[in-house]
Amino acid sequence: MATSRNSTRWLIAVLSLFAACGATILLLVSAHASARVASSESAVSSAAPEPAKTTKPAAPASATLKTPAPVLKSTTCLDCHSALDGPLAVKPESYNEDIHAQKGLTCADCHGGNPDETSPDAMAKKAGFKGHIDRKNVPQLCASCHAKGDYMRQFNPSLRTDQFAQYQTSVHGKLFAKGDTNVAVCTDCHGVHGIRPASDPRSRVNPMNVASTCSSCHSDKEHMKNYKIGTDQFAGYSASVHRAAMVDRGDMSAPTCTTCHGNHGAAPPGVASVENVCSTCHLFQAQLFDTGPHKAAFTSAGLPSCITCHSNHRIQHPSDKMVGTNAEAVCTNCHAQGDAGFTAAAGIKKSFTDLEGQINETDQRLKSAESKGVEVSEPLLKQNEARDWLTKARVTLHSFKPERIAEDVKAGQKIADANREAGIQALKESDYRRRGLAISLLTIFATTFALFFYIKEIEKKK
Amino acid sequence: MLVKEPAMETGPGMASPVEDNGRRRFLQIVLGGGFVASLMSFIYPVLRYLVPPATIDLGGDSVIAGKASELKSNSAKVFRFGSRPGLLIRTAEGEYRAMSATCTHLSCTVQYRNDTHQVWCACHNGMYDLAGRNVSGPPPRPLESYDVHVTGEDVVVSRKREA
Amino acid sequence: MATTVTKIGNWLDERFDLAELTYPLRKKAVPMHKLSFWYFLGGITLFLFMVQVCTGILLLLYYRPSANEAFESVQYITTQVKFGWLVRSIHSWSANLMILTAFAHMFSVIFLKAYRKPRELTWLSGVVLLFLAMGFGFSGYLLPWNTLAFFATKVGTEIPGQIPVVGKWIMIFLRGGEDVTGATLSRFFGFHVALLPGIATMLVAVHVLLVQKFGISVPPKTEAAWDADPTARREMKFFPNFMLREMMAWYGVLGVLGVLAALFPWELGSKADPFLPAPAGIRPEWYFMFMFQTLKLIPAKVFFVDGDLLGILAFGAAGAVLAVVPFLHRGRRSQLAITGAAILALAYMGGMTLYGYLAK
Repeated sequence: MATSRNSTRWLIAVLSLFAACGATILLLVSAHASARVASSESAVSSAAPEPAKTTKPAAPASATLKTPAPVLKSTTCLDCHSALDGPLAVKPESYNEDIHAQKGLTCADCHGGNPDETSPDAMAKKAGFKGHIDRKNVPQLCASCHAKGDYMRQFNPSLRTDQFAQYQTSVHGKLFAKGDTNVAVCTDCHGVHGIRPASDPRSRVNPMNVASTCSSCHSDKEHMKNYKIGTDQFAGYSASVHRAAMVDRGDMSAPTCTTCHGNHGAAPPGVASVENVCSTCHLFQAQLFDTGPHKAAFTSAGLPSCITCHSNHRIQHPSDKMVGTNAEAVCTNCHAQGDAGFTAAAGIKKSFTDLEGQINETDQRLKSAESKGVEVSEPLLKQNEARDWLTKARVTLHSFKPERIAEDVKAGQKIADANREAGIQALKESDYRRRGLAISLLTIFATTFALFFYIKEIEKKK
Repeated sequence: MLVKEPAMETGPGMASPVEDNGRRRFLQIVLGGGFVASLMSFIYPVLRYLVPPATIDLGGDSVIAGKASELKSNSAKVFRFGSRPGLLIRTAEGEYRAMSATCTHLSCTVQYRNDTHQVWCACHNGMYDLAGRNVSGPPPRPLESYDVHVTGEDVVVSRKREA
Repeated sequence: MATTVTKIGNWLDERFDLAELTYPLRKKAVPMHKLSFWYFLGGITLFLFMVQVCTGILLLLYYRPSANEAFESVQYITTQVKFGWLVRSIHSWSANLMILTAFAHMFSVIFLKAYRKPRELTWLSGVVLLFLAMGFGFSGYLLPWNTLAFFATKVGTEIPGQIPVVGKWIMIFLRGGEDVTGATLSRFFGFHVALLPGIATMLVAVHVLLVQKFGISVPPKTEAAWDADPTARREMKFFPNFMLREMMAWYGVLGVLGVLAALFPWELGSKADPFLPAPAGIRPEWYFMFMFQTLKLIPAKVFFVDGDLLGILAFGAAGAVLAVVPFLHRGRRSQLAITGAAILALAYMGGMTLYGYLAK
């Protein structure tokens, strides 16, 4: 069988093949390594961030940074009042954090008396001691400094000085002037001894906290029993998009109670001015509303704009469900079968649903074509445009003019139609590829059959 | 993978009877033809594959947004960045800015306002400054901003690299 | 045309003694019996490997192996490059077919007992090639850097990490770090296009050369019959008869590949985001499914030994046994045992794979 010469030949063949493959591997590996070096820069910066398992940074040599603290004027008042209980108690922590104390004022600046003396001289009538400030005197007392421009300028020149004047125009202020001390005065919102500036997140009048501060009275049934305005405002607001924007998204520009009602001049906007208030942010919707039939209709019916459909406190995220003629829609609150508004609502809803449906259907078609390998990035991009028009139509809706709304829907429809065409073409392209495949399959099978018959032929005589 | 055509030469061990020569020749031609045809149907796609496409792939992070001569000062254009639109602005001072053109509120496509020098969303009156920061209106987040480099005639926009 | 070929042949012959070099090929004969059709499997696997090399090289012209660009480059190939979709889908389908035929080839060799002396090294090189093929599949799967592949790689590289003593090091070596990151992609790319092809090419050459050296094996029963009656021996010349048939098989496979690539194009998925949680239903490719499913079914602890560890060691042992099958083949008893074990293994693997898919 295998002679020694043959074996030697085999050995040589195998060994040379080994050598060739070894050389190839070396070549490939070195080429790969040098390519890696060349791209190592990009590889380093594009690699996902490594987990922080490397050496720990050295612990800082110094201790924690000491924040500078304001120098407070010393008073004797706290010597006793920090230890007293009940209504006479003043916590030194809250006093120290008070903005007034930090600016160099003392107890005596509000309460009178002598802060350098001990009792009873500290609280002598001779020294102007006022004692506990009665509720009915609070606004006047605060205004005695805060309404004076040249005085406040010493501390914070950009602070407003019209708070008291505003207060006097508010519902709280008007009732207060009539002798009602149940309503809010300065200290009810700002606190008494631990007053912080509004920018401080711990302040009761910081935008994040305003709603809870207002609701401490306005949600209290007992407190509000003589006023005929209900106590569900905070509950409604808490469930609204505005609250969610501030709390969930941290958007400090989202409206809270004072944004629409005012802070010192707090009063609900009148029926006629609700739209103005909302339009400070929601400008387009208000402008469109003014051009449409609802404006005159609402005014003559004494209905406030905006909140008739969207509610004042419990404002939900709007959806297409609000439009139309089914039970959920707000249109049916006024319109009934047979009137022009009802028909218009049905038409508008249908146009929205149709456009959205077509956009989604085209999306699916395009995605399917893309997964089949057809290039559809342009129509996919243009789908955004179609969606833009649908979004715009949902704003234009507020004109409640069917022709105006139809303009935007038509524009979106046109683009959606073009994209739908592109999607169909893309799937056709995929079909074209299958036909190309069929042709190549034909050649393959033809060759296979030819092989078969050729084999038969050359083996016939055997 | 090209196999030496066995029918092309007669070698040892292959008897070729004279009377079937015609039939064999026919089959050889069909076989050769089929082989060549199937080869073409493989080679054609490979050749087309080897030719690089017109749109250069700079990688997922960069695109050529336009030509340097295309944009005048105080104007802008919307370009495609991946599957989303991007906004390329040439400011009044002639500098380039680029940012995502998808409004962070409800995803409308924003535009450049050459009167207020701001980026504006026509859907709900959202406003952004030239750094993409949301300054007014409903948008909750800034627009993602991109790096712009001009190389030769091309204005290249790329995603910001982490330091 | 024929004279030109003859002229070239003569030119080469003068220098390389073609007649002597091609002598083994011309003399080669393939035994013909009822089970001869199994002989095609090895060639088909080789053909698919060549398809992989060609489509792989084509893909290499456009692919970019960095976490930032890999997905986009594959997207570019499938949507922008002319016939890129075809090349990519063929590469993905052919990979799966190749592993299927490699397994089938291996099982056919077991059942036909073609591993017997003197073909032990052929068997050994084949087993290593099978493991290399699965390594090809595993490393290649990550390259598009999509969500499924990312998490499948995460799970897949986690498993060897459980081997005692060396497991952690193996995992870090595979991943290029503690976690699956862009470094893993670079590494897998290096494995997939340089390291594994280099070793595989060498081993394929050795494997094929050894097959030429020892000729095609005949199953024991047939061999015994032919030894008793030498006139009953049937053979077919390799060149041109068997080779033409093999070409038919290869063309058939090519047709199947084309149909699969065009009618069932390979999905792209979505780009991997390491910071997203793992999606539901991650699973490895089908050729790892039986191992994956086994590990899922093993209880957490088996007699104080960690369940996963037991599974890994069991599969490791199975692999080792597979490699030394020729040396276990002695008398009648061991032959039956090997056949029995192979049937069990086949049933187990098939059953577990099905279970893995149906149980989801």
